[in-house]
Amino acid sequence: MIEIRNVQKSFGSLSVLKDISLQVKKGEAVVIIGPSGSGKTTLLRCLNLLEQPTNGSIRIGDAKLHFHEGQSIKRQFLMELRLHTGMVFQSHHLFPHMTAQQNVMEGLVTVQRRTKAEARTTALKLLHKVGLSDKADSYPYQLSGGQQQRVGIARALAMGPDVLLFDEPTSALDPEIVGEVLKVMAELKQEGMTMVVVTHEMQFARSISDRVVFMDQGVVVEEGKPEQIFDHPEQERTKQFLNRLNWL
Amino acid sequence: MDKYINLFIDSLWPLFKAGLLFAVPLTLISFALGLALALLTALVRLSNIKPLVWMARFYVWVIRGTPLLVQLFIIFYGLPSLGITIGAFPAAIIGFSLSVGAYNSEVIRAAIQSIPQGQWEAADSLGMTRAQILRRIILPQAARVSVPPLSNSFISLVKDTSLAATITVTEMFQRAQQIAASTYEHMLIYCEVALVYLFFSTILSAAQVRVEKYFERYVVR
Ligand SMILES: Nc1ncnc2c1ncn2[C@@H]1O[C@H](COP(=O)(O)OP(=O)(O)O)[C@@H](O)[C@H]1O
Ligand SMILES: [Mg+2]
Repeated sequence: MIEIRNVQKSFGSLSVLKDISLQVKKGEAVVIIGPSGSGKTTLLRCLNLLEQPTNGSIRIGDAKLHFHEGQSIKRQFLMELRLHTGMVFQSHHLFPHMTAQQNVMEGLVTVQRRTKAEARTTALKLLHKVGLSDKADSYPYQLSGGQQQRVGIARALAMGPDVLLFDEPTSALDPEIVGEVLKVMAELKQEGMTMVVVTHEMQFARSISDRVVFMDQGVVVEEGKPEQIFDHPEQERTKQFLNRLNWL
Repeated sequence: MDKYINLFIDSLWPLFKAGLLFAVPLTLISFALGLALALLTALVRLSNIKPLVWMARFYVWVIRGTPLLVQLFIIFYGLPSLGITIGAFPAAIIGFSLSVGAYNSEVIRAAIQSIPQGQWEAADSLGMTRAQILRRIILPQAARVSVPPLSNSFISLVKDTSLAATITVTEMFQRAQQIAASTYEHMLIYCEVALVYLFFSTILSAAQVRVEKYFERYVVR
């Protein structure tokens, strides 16, 4: 489904991703953990092409792009790859001037050229799926953080992506509402959605993931099944990280 | 006393009519054209296309740095010596539009820049084109931010249309000058025309409040 090969990303002289290679199979949930500043967000943004990798290649489904330093890629090709992915942002970035339903409809109407009626039906179905049927006509400011984040998930799902990317979807939320977002994500996993999730919720990471990737300083230090990473990490840096979170 | 009341009543309609025929259309047309120019200038300045950016900056610099009165004189009295003759009313429209465009391009540019980067990225990640993102996501939000400053500029314009008198447009103030000259009742007539301006700007301010309400429907009140 996803194949990342030798991806590097630098901002000026700052090298943030150093030769990352990673595969995600269809229906797999891969959780990325690692200390802050290790490049997790940048990796997700590269998958969504909000950032262009400096070097390397990315394949998602049947779309594939090679990146070479100093060579920019036509927006049209970026778009092709991007449409295979859906992004859920840390701070949701809902459109404040649109209701929940309009937020979910936006991509369907402007990008996929669906009719309003069709888009509305799809939006209501997706809002129902994330448990927000009764909030379709609410503006983002009228929703709680957890509800906003769930609208964000519905908005990303609307485009029918092959893979959903989550960047710390719960880290801006109050502890008591983290659960409602995680529940929706667990349901998506049940339905076979392919997901790449950056999170600090270790309990959740363990229960939802097929594979855990530990990143530090722009490299994949260790990856494996959740039991292996959480209970028997091999690398010293992984141990230290989990220790600091009182996990080991 | 009766004499004053009669004069007041007699001049009210000519003044009011001049307002309806000149101040109001001058304001509405110049503001509409000016806003389009302002939006264009703001987008050009945000475009990073160097020559265009310089042109836009030059335009804003010149218009903001020189008196509107002088600009009107250049357009109406100056251009004919270059062989370009423009009627008084169109000349006024050009002058006012250029002025509205220059001042408000900065307002609109600031408003666009005040919209968080995340909004661009969220729309981008849905696959929207830059034009779609501007039109559907950024500009509606920027409009809300810019309505209060734009309204101020609108009200100022109502009053600035009196400057058109200086380039022979027989607008309200010109009418007032004519009446005052023939009756010698300067105090009365100029106070009266002030009242008529007040009337028009109050009506237009009321419209402004409604526009602001409309744009604030999605914000906590
Ligand atoms: N647009 C950018 N410009 C410059 N540096 C950036 C940019 N985005 C991220 N970085 C840097 O890249 C590093 C990794 O950031 P990030 O991917 O956000 O890490 P994480 O999500 O793991 O905390 C940080 O040092 C950060 O300062
Ligand atoms: Mg991050």
